[in-house]
Amino acid sequence: MRESLGYGLMLFGALFDLFGCVGLVRLPDIYNRLQAATKCVTLGTCMILLGTLALCGFTAVGAKIILCIIFVLITSPTAAHALAKASHLSGIRLWEGSVCDQLEEDKKL
Amino acid sequence: MKKTVLFVLSFVVWLFLTAPFHPQGVDWQSFGVGLVVSFLVGLIFGEMFTETPHKFLWVSRYLWALYYLPVFAYACLLANLDVAYRVLHPALPIRPGIVKVKSRLRSKSGLTALANSITLTPGTMSVEVTEDGYLYIHWINVLSQDVEEASRLIVERFERILERIFE
Repeated sequence: MRESLGYGLMLFGALFDLFGCVGLVRLPDIYNRLQAATKCVTLGTCMILLGTLALCGFTAVGAKIILCIIFVLITSPTAAHALAKASHLSGIRLWEGSVCDQLEEDKKL
Repeated sequence: MKKTVLFVLSFVVWLFLTAPFHPQGVDWQSFGVGLVVSFLVGLIFGEMFTETPHKFLWVSRYLWALYYLPVFAYACLLANLDVAYRVLHPALPIRPGIVKVKSRLRSKSGLTALANSITLTPGTMSVEVTEDGYLYIHWINVLSQDVEEASRLIVERFERILERIFE
């Protein structure tokens, strides 16, 4: 039971990681790519870690896994925010199919 | 007070990292080292860590944080299914854009948590945060360009809870 739960979580985590990579290739500009990469990779990594936690239980390794999950959840969106803000500041345009850019409009004021 | 908060936090992280409580006894050596090191860390860096240490003592904040966890996990799972759908769909159904939303939160930690939550939830990613509570969100499927309407759609469900945790 515990083993199948652990391996199932790892499988789905790896799948979400794969979707993130597909998004990285298919989506048009840096902002969309960051979205796919951040979301999928964060949840995928967390699910793989949770699967490991299910396999080894709340031992010394389990405590480290919980810590890892917390740090991944904090750092991954922060890194995405830093990258997105930096690219916008350095003037990278949105994809031509985008509907609006209110940050650009507010910067001109 | 500030120093105590940092001391307790770094000591808890140390306990998680080293896990000195084995079934066959306690590893007093790593326990003691952690105690000394986190005391020094708290003493030296305590002033830099938090501006409002009294907030760490309100128990209700931790309970709300516990309630926030499943809400956030559910939104995160939805976000991933959403991204997977958009990425795997042959026509690539996206309508991206950057919209402006307004938040009631004012504390720095609250805004940080809100921006991070937005990044991990369906179709949205925070690009810029201003001091007066405006966030610029990159939305993969823009449903509304109006500030109020977009705020209601993106921000509100997290804001209610984060307000009780961080404000």
